Amino acid sequence: MTPNPTIFTPLLIASLAVFAWGCWKRLSLISLGKPENRFDNIGARVGEMLMYAFGQKRVLAKPFGINHFIIFWSFIILLVANIEFMLHGVFPWISLTKLPDGILLPLLLLLDIASLLALAAVAVAAVRRLISPPYPEARTIEAFFILSLIGILMLAYFGINAAKISRMQDGALVIARTWMPVSSVFAGMFAPAAGATVYSLSWWAHAFALLAFMCYLPHSKHMHILTAIPNCFFRRLEKPNTVPREEFAVGNEFGVSRVDQYSWKDLLDSFSCTECGRCQKVCPASITGKPLNPRAVVHDIKVNLLENASMLKKGEQPGIPLIGAQGEGSVSEESIWGCTTCGACMEACPVFIEQMPKIIQLRRNLVESEASFPEELLNLFENMEGRSNPWGIAPSERTKWCSQLDVKPFDKNTTEYLFYVGCAGSFDSRNKHVSVAMAQLLDRAGVSWGILGKDEKCCGDSVRRLGNEYVFDKMARENVEIFRERGVRKVITQCPHCFSTLKNDYRQYGLELEVIHHSELLRNLVQDGYLKLNGISGDLGAMVFHDSCYLGRHNDVYDAPREVLQAATGTAPKEIGRNRNNAFCCGAGGGRMWMEEHSGERINLTRVKEALEEKPDTICVACPYCLTMFEDGLKDVNADGVKVLDVAEVMAEAALR
Amino acid sequence: MLIVACIKQVPDTTQVQIDPVTNTLIRDGIPFIVNPYDTHALEEALRLKDRFGCRVAAISMGPPNAEATLKKALALGVDHAILLSDRVFGGADTLATSNVLSAAIRKLHSDVDEVGLVLCGKQTIDGDTAQVGPGIASRLGYQQLTLVDRIVDMNFSGKIIRVSRKLEGRHEIVEAPLPAMLTVVRELNRPRYPKVPMRLAAADATVEVWNNQVLKLDEQKIGLKGSPTWVSKIFSPDRAVGEILGDGNSDPEGTAEMLIEKLLAKDMLPI
Repeated sequence: MTPNPTIFTPLLIASLAVFAWGCWKRLSLISLGKPENRFDNIGARVGEMLMYAFGQKRVLAKPFGINHFIIFWSFIILLVANIEFMLHGVFPWISLTKLPDGILLPLLLLLDIASLLALAAVAVAAVRRLISPPYPEARTIEAFFILSLIGILMLAYFGINAAKISRMQDGALVIARTWMPVSSVFAGMFAPAAGATVYSLSWWAHAFALLAFMCYLPHSKHMHILTAIPNCFFRRLEKPNTVPREEFAVGNEFGVSRVDQYSWKDLLDSFSCTECGRCQKVCPASITGKPLNPRAVVHDIKVNLLENASMLKKGEQPGIPLIGAQGEGSVSEESIWGCTTCGACMEACPVFIEQMPKIIQLRRNLVESEASFPEELLNLFENMEGRSNPWGIAPSERTKWCSQLDVKPFDKNTTEYLFYVGCAGSFDSRNKHVSVAMAQLLDRAGVSWGILGKDEKCCGDSVRRLGNEYVFDKMARENVEIFRERGVRKVITQCPHCFSTLKNDYRQYGLELEVIHHSELLRNLVQDGYLKLNGISGDLGAMVFHDSCYLGRHNDVYDAPREVLQAATGTAPKEIGRNRNNAFCCGAGGGRMWMEEHSGERINLTRVKEALEEKPDTICVACPYCLTMFEDGLKDVNADGVKVLDVAEVMAEAALR
Repeated sequence: MLIVACIKQVPDTTQVQIDPVTNTLIRDGIPFIVNPYDTHALEEALRLKDRFGCRVAAISMGPPNAEATLKKALALGVDHAILLSDRVFGGADTLATSNVLSAAIRKLHSDVDEVGLVLCGKQTIDGDTAQVGPGIASRLGYQQLTLVDRIVDMNFSGKIIRVSRKLEGRHEIVEAPLPAMLTVVRELNRPRYPKVPMRLAAADATVEVWNNQVLKLDEQKIGLKGSPTWVSKIFSPDRAVGEILGDGNSDPEGTAEMLIEKLLAKDMLPI
């Protein structure tokens, strides 16, 4: 059977229709989402798209990324061949051979090589999935089916060309061997007499593989071929370190319990997921055996949308709940509460899916509309609302940490910096030492600073990440008013959670503060000569530094704390296996500080063990939560000899003693 | 059937200090909270509502700003919130207070629905008398069940309640006919957390205020005039000066042993 337009044309039209219908049926569901502006700053968006979608920058961050890069670019290049193939099948007179040789021959070479590379990459991908899949559930029939289709497409492409080459003679053959080297090798595998048969078989194999691919694509995770590029275009241009505000008016809905309460971009995210599993491989909850799996959350949102679409379109109640233990299509409450909001998943995702804000939206619904949350949070919520600190300690005790020091209240006319001590720095007995060290360092460096004292309130980080936006909103408004009233412009924080909240979250309330983390300020004070180092703090021994998620990943502050340690001790701290933007959470973010860990290994233990592999004498941190989690973890593994110190304490050793 | 929860707005005592000169509570700038024991009374009323579908009224006697306390009750789901507020109610001791609260409960009984149960916290954290609940029960002729930590059985139609009372070192199971007044302890339940839609609705709702023109009580029996209790003095007792034992940093074990010896000598360790 030779290529036959009468047979091929209706097949092609039908396949195109199935493809278009499949795409439309799914992608039109995105419009069920709530509006959100992702059309600003088009220039930057195009740039991001070029770098991350076409440049595959994040894909290439992992070893197998190169494999995907090859398949991606082969696909782009082979689009030319495939479009020609379809047109030629309908209109036999259309052919690339009509192009002048100067264009045709290099193009044929490019297509030949791209096909070979794609074939090799597909084989590598298949072997990888057999031997060592990215995660066990990735070994799906769907994956092998798609890989086989691509393999068939490539082999068939070579078959078609080989058949043509087998009929060539003399000069044409020489040219073909030069410009289609791979196809020429295939041509040597059969007798010229079989050329016609090979041609027909290859042509129809190519046709069926191509049409099958088209029909299947919208119904599989390979939909990402169409959605990943726009998803990079529509990514959040700023770091996704905060969540949008909610408006508290009677009749409003709070958080997300139905999939159509997500924004359209959240829904596009769900169609863009390739299920590569990179998020789950960095998620502290997933790694330590908790039910949360960020890949599954995104997948469940997609399944829920598809299953409930007809009901949602009619304004009816969805059949499958988004929050619940119903299996695929539902996210369990235990998963929702497992997130430490460390942001590792978002840092790893090659197509910028924003998992964390989606989880916080689910928490909002549970807290605000259902009042359903782990019971240990009840006290936290009441303490935060009633006394503006997590422990419910009387606000009058906020200044106890500095009772032995001469600390001045912040006064906008005479003080430059507000030292926002934070709840841990004010109330936690261990972290009070960090506050004292910081106060002494500021005085030694001659910094003009003051505190709000009893009037300082909690920034509200934990309640916001836990989904209690109502209480956060009240706390944020109060704080914004205090800062405005007192004329605060520059703020020092020693807690990355305060740092990120004041810096990023409060901007949503129109408050632009110049917030500096104490590690950055200390680095600057040393660099500018305000802090003189008396000598090297020698007895701290080998030192490792642990990155706090809210300092590092969420705010890109990686070097300042390291430079402080380097200046104080004379040597750069050692790195823990996973560090900087790949650092592993201590387990306390996202309000997890105040919750029990009921399943799997404790996150702080996992991290402590990882840090101990470097045989440190001192573990340095730049966050009060990390400090607590590490000290607890070290006790659990009986590593009593190892100290945990904040960077300010190390600096104090070097500059004050 | 109506359940009445009596709640009181109290200063957040963890934040209260006593003026060393006047020996009175420094209340300026101190936030108010719902008396913690009363939150458990309110929660139990709401749980009974969830179970039996009865209605719940929250009542509170206090100054106009005690409206905030009742709004919290509305946000949690009570059907009626009534503030008993009038200058003539002011300065009341427990006797006068229970008089006003009883009158309000009588009025609810005749205007709204038959009252089956009155729930109070076992005491308030500012007055600590634990007298108001029993005062209400005796005035209304209700059964009085104090220190309740569990409702064992509740039979509205048969008008029987059986509760567990938490006494020192033991529990007592008591059965009584309705109507009854219960004072409750913290172990009874875990108060619920308000849902945002309810909070927003409560913020917009108006709390009904009953003054003495509504209750029409004899002014000699309410407020300061109706209060025979006279507080002669409030003071912070001197705290015994502590003693530093050993040096916990250099010798934690030796220090711990010294502590144990001291405690044993004072017979403060159970053996």
